Amino acid sequence: MTVSAAPAEAILEESRGAHRRRLRGTSDARAYGLATITAVYLLWALVPVAITVLFSFNEGRSRSAWQGFSLRWYTWDPTGSVLNDESIRNALSHTVLLAILATIITVPIGVLFALALDRWRGRLPQGANFLALITFVIPEIALAIGLLFMVTYLATPFGLGTWAQVVGLVTFQLAYPIVICRARLLTIGAHYEEAARDLGASAIGAVRRVILPMLFPAILVSAILVFADVLDDFVIVRYLSSDASTETTSMRIYQVARAAPTPALNAMATIILVVSLIVIVAGWLVYRRWTLKQGENTDVASLANTL
Amino acid sequence: MRSVADRSTRFLWPVLGLPAMVWIAIFFLIPLYVVFCVAFGTVDPIFRSPVPIWNPLEWQFTQVQVVWDRLVGPDNFYLPAVLRTLMYVAIAVVACLIIAFPVAYFTARYAGKYKGLVLALLVAPFFISYMMRMLAWINLLQPDGLVNSIITMGGAVPLDINWLSGNPYTVVMGLIYGYVPYMLLPLFAALDRISPSLIEAARDLGASGFDLFRRVILPMSLPGIVAGTLLISLPMMGDYFTSDMLSKSPNTAMIGNLINLSIATPGQSGQAGALLILVLLVLLIPMILYTRSNARAEVRS
Repeated sequence: MTVSAAPAEAILEESRGAHRRRLRGTSDARAYGLATITAVYLLWALVPVAITVLFSFNEGRSRSAWQGFSLRWYTWDPTGSVLNDESIRNALSHTVLLAILATIITVPIGVLFALALDRWRGRLPQGANFLALITFVIPEIALAIGLLFMVTYLATPFGLGTWAQVVGLVTFQLAYPIVICRARLLTIGAHYEEAARDLGASAIGAVRRVILPMLFPAILVSAILVFADVLDDFVIVRYLSSDASTETTSMRIYQVARAAPTPALNAMATIILVVSLIVIVAGWLVYRRWTLKQGENTDVASLANTL
Repeated sequence: MRSVADRSTRFLWPVLGLPAMVWIAIFFLIPLYVVFCVAFGTVDPIFRSPVPIWNPLEWQFTQVQVVWDRLVGPDNFYLPAVLRTLMYVAIAVVACLIIAFPVAYFTARYAGKYKGLVLALLVAPFFISYMMRMLAWINLLQPDGLVNSIITMGGAVPLDINWLSGNPYTVVMGLIYGYVPYMLLPLFAALDRISPSLIEAARDLGASGFDLFRRVILPMSLPGIVAGTLLISLPMMGDYFTSDMLSKSPNTAMIGNLINLSIATPGQSGQAGALLILVLLVLLIPMILYTRSNARAEVRS
């Protein structure tokens, strides 16, 4: 007895379809489950910060009981507001100053090193690259204490304060432009530069007119990351600070948070958050304009992959 | 003519690399050396200030001995903090993995047109100051804060939980909260690289959901898991501010707190240095592992 082929195939096809449908069903369920986890995670990650921002607008002194909307802690409280408390104002301006100085120094040094590393083979640059990567993962406290000891026992005329803080921050951040620009240089490859050289460009000319423009998005991204990261730095700036004039916002939060602060502390933290948001959004817009002009891939995923 | 150009090229790259190398030598290597000189130095008997010994041949081991005795000697009051640190970091790393994996997996595979948005939200904590994020939890966890008023339903249930002084759960939660974004990004990068057709192929060949995870997704995301684990556990080993902010009690002190306290105590700088050197020695292998995995990732890309 033979079973005709056609029904068998139909049965097979039918069962395959069922299998696929079942798979799609579990896949949908899985997607919803994962989406729920992600949503819960994002709420957990961001709602506490949102509440902190909200309470910076509280009318009263409490940071947990809402007493109405007001700009009291930003502007009009005679002694405690950001505007009228000199130490808060000072912390804000010093934090931004450190971020600007550290970014201006870190990014060029790091970019030049990434360019050199891409072409200059040898033990010395490899060793320096290894050390730069170590500074990326070494506990920050090690760098901070090392520099603190160097300033207090060896380079005594140098002294603690703004410049010691900047030096520490640059050392800690140097890995960002190096890693990001190297990754970008590897994808650019050598042929653009070779073509430029064949067309008569000097080595410096090829770097300046061909490689640097192609590297611009990576330079921009590393500058934003360094700037935002320095705004948030705590360990290095605290160990290398000298007195109240070199206090940053993170140091102030650490100092005051457990000693019955007013919502002015929330207001100060909110202002730093807004500064870093402005820098990121502005940077992102420039990045998009630039890469769109060059007709390149601009989604965030490709950006994240370079990190 | 040609030889002139060659000569300029030969010197161009080293000259470009020079500033960073000088910087790293002066501001990274020398400070580390000074830490050794202070740790292996002596203490001025009158002023209690450390006297560094610059010549390695004359280094003395009294301060290291003191620290060593406090770690494993009869008077080992450093040991609990060390064991606590290892435990906190282990729990926090595992928890970060458990939280970050599904979130990163969802973002890489299922987020679709919302991928950019979800990713931007995942990255957001990077740009919010760590101290502000800890401040957020201090606000929520204070005695009359939101968390307690939810638990006690606005004071209806007489329950008084003290979250913010010496509560280990709060500190570990703070570590997880603080560091999980650094786990998310490398995991996402690794998971995003897995091609969907590979997963389909595994499906067509009959792999169940669990098989797919264990034999395809997990092995392929291993570099991300390793990178993320190193990226969060190494800084945690020197973390003192999470415990200071959320607990401020010796009951939750970590190694970082020991170092930070020694620095603040007159005459104990050398001990802080010695403790730091011990920590760095233990971390040396994982740190080298990280630079290696980074170099390999570069070769692959």
